[in-house]
Amino acid sequence: MATPQRELYQAPPQRDSSIAGSGALQQNSSGAAYTPSYGGGVADSLVSSSVTYVCGECASKVALNLGDAIRCKECGHRVLYKERTKRMVQFEAR
Amino acid sequence: MAPKGPSKQELDRRKTVGINAETVTNITSTEFPGHYPGEDHSWSLSKYKKNLRIKFHKNLPYDASFSIIGIDASLANAIRRILIAEVPTLAIEQVFVTNNTSVLADEVLAHRLGLIPLRGSVSGLDATDVFLKPDEDNGIVGSQPADYNTIIMHLHVECTYNESADSNERDPKKRFHNSDVYARDLVFAPVGRQLERFKDDPIVPVNPDILIAKLRPGQIIDMELHCVKGLGMDHAKFSPVATATYRLLPKIDILKPILGLEAAKFQKCFPEGVIGIERVTAKEAGTEGSGYEGHEGKEKAVVRNSFADTVSRECLRHDEFKDKVKLGRVQDHFIFSVESTGQYPSTNLVLKSLKVLNLKARHLKRALDMLEGG
Repeated sequence: MATPQRELYQAPPQRDSSIAGSGALQQNSSGAAYTPSYGGGVADSLVSSSVTYVCGECASKVALNLGDAIRCKECGHRVLYKERTKRMVQFEAR
Repeated sequence: MAPKGPSKQELDRRKTVGINAETVTNITSTEFPGHYPGEDHSWSLSKYKKNLRIKFHKNLPYDASFSIIGIDASLANAIRRILIAEVPTLAIEQVFVTNNTSVLADEVLAHRLGLIPLRGSVSGLDATDVFLKPDEDNGIVGSQPADYNTIIMHLHVECTYNESADSNERDPKKRFHNSDVYARDLVFAPVGRQLERFKDDPIVPVNPDILIAKLRPGQIIDMELHCVKGLGMDHAKFSPVATATYRLLPKIDILKPILGLEAAKFQKCFPEGVIGIERVTAKEAGTEGSGYEGHEGKEKAVVRNSFADTVSRECLRHDEFKDKVKLGRVQDHFIFSVESTGQYPSTNLVLKSLKVLNLKARHLKRALDMLEGG
């Protein structure tokens, strides 16, 4: 059976003044009650554009930033799934 | 004058596979040169043509049954094996998944799709080439997908809530749109010359009601499927037949009369219609040494239709029939049963298998010629 190509890890982009002011970021910064203790200094200088996850309970889309609480904004569920790749994946029908 | 040939009885004996309670005898054909002193068994086309007979019992589009009489087991088996593994057939081979949020994993879904039998214009399919898979290890470049070897289908299904459904509705089929993905959801996308070839008879699944996956609202399947022609020896999905089998014609010889109640019991040892019951005629009763003397008007067992027998050997389990009946099979009478998966009609498949066999023979002949020449 064909193994799908793994997506390479992409490092989150550096903080940029234009991204920092984006709506998604502001929306999340107010609700961030939890800050990880590890690598806090780095987190301050490295703010990624938000990544969208899918809630394991209510299936709503949750946009998270670095340092955000892993929690659904709709229902508070703590299990979030990564979204499926947008890329096309090829398989052999065997 | 040529020496007298073997008797009819002897020829029958040679052609009959003996079926006993525990053993099977005389399986191998002995009709080859040198086996019987003084007899000519060399192969000749005219003799073969004279003896060959083909008889159809059933000829439904996708289920044919016919007898080939007068061929060797090797030839019958070659036809059967070619039907199963070497007649090119179209099936889904490559699956390009853009999105699949169903509960089935991509590879499982791809595997399920591959096994769906497809059908379409036979002439269009005949014009489609077998796709040669690239194999870098063995230096095989392989085919490039083109309109003459690849058929593209799309599967794009998204499940949504049915707003007009009753709020208490429990049936997913009514509550949601596209709760089930069926084979009929496959959409053929012809390209190039396929537009002309499959104009009147497009590529569709043979059975539109095959369930591929189940979805719930928000789940989506979006994929492109590339179908190619391949051989059954590569993967079972490329096999054009559901079953392709043969059996030898059963032969039942009643050696001594089976009369009265015994006849009824004998009849019950066989499937319906195989054994009939008749009255002993005055002529039979009057014939000396027939075994029917003085039994005029009594019921006797006769063989009606040995074709329908399953050769269960049930009659051999009863002591009263042990010496009165001889079971066997006719060595050169092959009853074929060819059931197509639906891509080609059964008879078309048999002709195709013969073409493949012919091609193999030519190939061998060419190789032998090269041996002689080189």
